[in-house]
Amino acid sequence: MGLIDNINKIFDHRIRLGIMSILMVNEFVDFNRLKELLEVTDGNLASHTKTLENAEYIKIEKSFIGRKPNTKYSATKSGRIAFKKHIEALENLISKK
Amino acid sequence: MISFVFQSTFKMDSKKYIEDISEIKDLMRRSSRFLSLSGLSGIMAGIYAITGAVVAYFFLFPQKGEYLTVHSWNFRLTIVLLLGIAALSIVTGYLLTVKKAKKNNEKIWDATTRQLLFNFLVPLVTGGIYILIKLNSQHYGLTASLMLIFYGMALLNASKYTIGNVKYLGLAEILLGLLCAALPGYGFWFWVVGFGGLHIVYGSLIYFKEERP
Repeated sequence: MGLIDNINKIFDHRIRLGIMSILMVNEFVDFNRLKELLEVTDGNLASHTKTLENAEYIKIEKSFIGRKPNTKYSATKSGRIAFKKHIEALENLISKK
Repeated sequence: MISFVFQSTFKMDSKKYIEDISEIKDLMRRSSRFLSLSGLSGIMAGIYAITGAVVAYFFLFPQKGEYLTVHSWNFRLTIVLLLGIAALSIVTGYLLTVKKAKKNNEKIWDATTRQLLFNFLVPLVTGGIYILIKLNSQHYGLTASLMLIFYGMALLNASKYTIGNVKYLGLAEILLGLLCAALPGYGFWFWVVGFGGLHIVYGSLIYFKEERP
């Protein structure tokens, strides 16, 4: 087949795909904003951001706003490249049908 | 048989990939653009502008044989009228947009709307200050043209963070501003078309597409 090869297993999940889509068009996004946009629970979101972080597709930055902890996410360069490849693979699969 | 099974699973996958792509597009749009701009407020802004223009035309502008001078009362009242129209449009726009955002479950104040406002205000305030400086030195011939051009650039700049076709309203205002500069003496009419007519047309387009009850 060959076509399936470029489908990235890490992005082959609705929530991880969503996180990455959002980070592609925003410089950085915080945890609550992601939660709101994706309509997921804290635990669920945290486990998927962890997977993406381990793959070094996203960066996590922790800081404090006043006394409240704030977690910001951004896409890494390799994450952006991998995601673009994944989208190309999806588009190829659809058009080759 | 095997090939049949393969084909049908492939079809299912394909459907999932199409869904993936539309999900990606949807999230990219929703996460980086504010989509609840109220069309009705555009229509209202246009109506305020035209009403203001009618008042100015009949009551404030110089009669035949008179000149409008910068320090006359009529001139000051015209400026007050302009600021009044702007303020009324902003308040209406804010209230109706808050209402629409609530309905769409969209936040009125977040990273996206901050970007939207910043990108809109920088060209607009620059233009406003520039026009005031020019007016102070008696150069009021190009006021309408400058207002249209700077407002158009503000819209164009902000369009990256909101409904994409705000861009076309911006381009139309810029074009009108340039035509206005090329045809001196008709500034008032270009102003009426740009701030009244275009707002009503564009506001109606959004209103009938998204808001009609």
